[in-house]
Amino acid sequence: MEIYLDNAATTRPYDSVRKIMSDTLEFEYGNPSSMHGMGVKAEKYVKEAAEIIAKNLKADRREIIFTSGGTESNNLAVIGTALALKRRGNHIITTMIEHPSVHNPLFFLEENGYRVSYIPVDSMGRVKEEELLEAVCEDTILVSLMYVNNEVGSVLPISELSRKIKEKNPSVYIHADAIQAFGKYKIYPAREGIDLMSASGHKIHGPKGIGFLYVNSKVKIKPILFGGGQQKGMRSGTENVPGIAGLGQAVKECFLEQEERIQRLYELKEHFVSRVGEIEGTYANCIGEDIKSTAPHIVSISFEGLKSEVLLHALEDKGIYVSAGSACASNHPGLSGTLKAVGIRKDLLDSTLRFSFSGFTAREEIDRTIDVLKELVPVLRKYSRR
Amino acid sequence: MYKAFLIKYAEIGIKGNNRYLFENALRDQIKNALKELGNYLVTKEQGRIYIECPEDYDYEETVEALKRVFGIAWICPVMIIDTIDWEELKTAVGNYVEERYPDRNFTFKMEAKRADKNYPLTTPEMCMDMGGYLLDRFPELKVDVHNPLVRIMVEVRTRSYVYSEVIPGPGGMPVGTSGKAMLLLSGGIDSPVAGYMVAKRGVSIDAVYFHAPPYTSERAKEKVVDLAKLISRYTGPIKLHVINFTDIQLYIYEKCPHEELTIIMRRYMMRIAQTIAEESGCLGLITGESIGQVASQTLHSLSATNEVCTMPVYRPLIAFDKQDIVNISEKINTYETSILPYEDCCTIFVAKHPVTKPSTKVIRHSEKLLEEKIEELVKTALETDEVIMVK
Repeated sequence: MEIYLDNAATTRPYDSVRKIMSDTLEFEYGNPSSMHGMGVKAEKYVKEAAEIIAKNLKADRREIIFTSGGTESNNLAVIGTALALKRRGNHIITTMIEHPSVHNPLFFLEENGYRVSYIPVDSMGRVKEEELLEAVCEDTILVSLMYVNNEVGSVLPISELSRKIKEKNPSVYIHADAIQAFGKYKIYPAREGIDLMSASGHKIHGPKGIGFLYVNSKVKIKPILFGGGQQKGMRSGTENVPGIAGLGQAVKECFLEQEERIQRLYELKEHFVSRVGEIEGTYANCIGEDIKSTAPHIVSISFEGLKSEVLLHALEDKGIYVSAGSACASNHPGLSGTLKAVGIRKDLLDSTLRFSFSGFTAREEIDRTIDVLKELVPVLRKYSRR
Repeated sequence: MYKAFLIKYAEIGIKGNNRYLFENALRDQIKNALKELGNYLVTKEQGRIYIECPEDYDYEETVEALKRVFGIAWICPVMIIDTIDWEELKTAVGNYVEERYPDRNFTFKMEAKRADKNYPLTTPEMCMDMGGYLLDRFPELKVDVHNPLVRIMVEVRTRSYVYSEVIPGPGGMPVGTSGKAMLLLSGGIDSPVAGYMVAKRGVSIDAVYFHAPPYTSERAKEKVVDLAKLISRYTGPIKLHVINFTDIQLYIYEKCPHEELTIIMRRYMMRIAQTIAEESGCLGLITGESIGQVASQTLHSLSATNEVCTMPVYRPLIAFDKQDIVNISEKINTYETSILPYEDCCTIFVAKHPVTKPSTKVIRHSEKLLEEKIEELVKTALETDEVIMVK
């Protein structure tokens, strides 16, 4: 039996996604920009997908820009804002626990004359609010915040932060990297003060190579790809019709019975965390009193005295797939990756695994994983480096 | 312009009565190297090998492939001229010079050969007449018979051939002419280079890799297969043995002093490699060891490791500096793959302070602690040997 607990890395596409993609590949191969009927038919899929997404965000179809995925969405949000607002200011704020697809474009901007403040987080992975608000100044053009952290599952209260930031400087753009959050939460960006929001298809049982950036209609950013002027010039390149259709389908399906599914994910998470506690020398990271203040699908566990890579491969051998937490996810001096930023004990940095669930995860799979861990951990500890 | 290649070899020429064996091996290696690229005709004749190219061949690709065939000293791209009529041939050679050397500002020497001794001109006459013709047609040329910049070679057989360009080959001897040896392939920078160097002396290569799941990942194994694939571009197909070493490693870890782990582990790797080598007709082991590079490669450690081998162990990198090894690995294109970071989970078996001057006596004594189960474990490891044909 294969147990896939790496859903924060990628998810299994829904059958309906596979179906619509193979249909569009087989029959609707027209170019949405073509003037003839085949182009029109292909364009219809693009419009429909944008409608579905917009509906679930309570947004307008024209506020959705399709991209090649989360990385491009984050790049477009960060660099596109910097280019559009460079006359207004050159200061950007973010946290120390962002994904590399936010941090690296920021490093690039730093090399090109922008100033970036990296705000630390507490041991729960929540950004230090006072420091964040303190950093907001007249020159600030963008605050980029991760909705759900991909490594520890911490959640930032973006709408509250947005309100406070905009009280201080109303012209700041708020970018939410919602790649791990979209589909797990009902997010209505306009109401939550989010101007730009990134999402990715393959984290919500859609295809890889497709994602979108929500851009509030009142907000102006510049494109970072230039070409034939598709998507109103904001993202040139022939639209990835099968990918877009697949993404639309995934969004449609993942918001069906969403509340029940999320409720079930929290139950799984709670069950998993409490059962992992049965194993000596394990620590659940960034989970406080209230599990619901963390993301429903991500659990970070440190195993004292074990190397994460070894445990990962030992689990793999039993058909259980997870991820290793990375100790050094950053190449920027002063920035150190999520696990260090949330202050995980030094000897546990390299002993941390991420377990992440999806709607396909069954309770029996969690129990089986716990049984396997109980069997493996003592044996592997015996052979750890002395 | 070129439709053929003339291959010259150096060392094979001196192999006396066995010469034909070497020539056949080289011909076969060339055929093998060009197999994927199209239908080339490879023939050997009088101290060299001719390759005739298919109509649609790719020049660059062909030369690159030939540069990886050990035993080739020089690669000469040849233009074939479909006539043996001397006057027509002169015009054709002139056209060749015109096209190949557009600025024509060089010194040259003519060389000629004829297969048919009844050809109307003798070879000195051919050289003189052709040289004169070229000088008339291109007055900017100069003749220098002692130290020419370009040697223009004309050969008349049933057709005529002209060539003037020489591209250095890799040298060495054709693989398959010097027996077979077993390479201990680790996935690091050194062992692929060691395999390459020994293969260059004509030795066929089999390889063995010690896999320790879950301490080494599936990707580490994939990486070793990729490295074997890169080496096989020089050596031809490689039979790669993957030995599951986990239980042996754990048992040593359990029973023996930790600072001796690496040495004892290596002794068992050598023993196992030797057993497989003997079974597959290898005449030696090859390692990438280099003196002093790590604790297990001091003279003391090497002698402790070597003690268990009855077969010769070839260590072509023994006196190389790391940078020199890196340079070769970059040349043979294994460096990028070698530095992929998949292996470090193995480090839990490396003591913080390994012995650097192990005494063989002490090590032998420690190995006694393994007596109970080790033979059984080695036997199982050998029985579960996974063989991958890499090409």
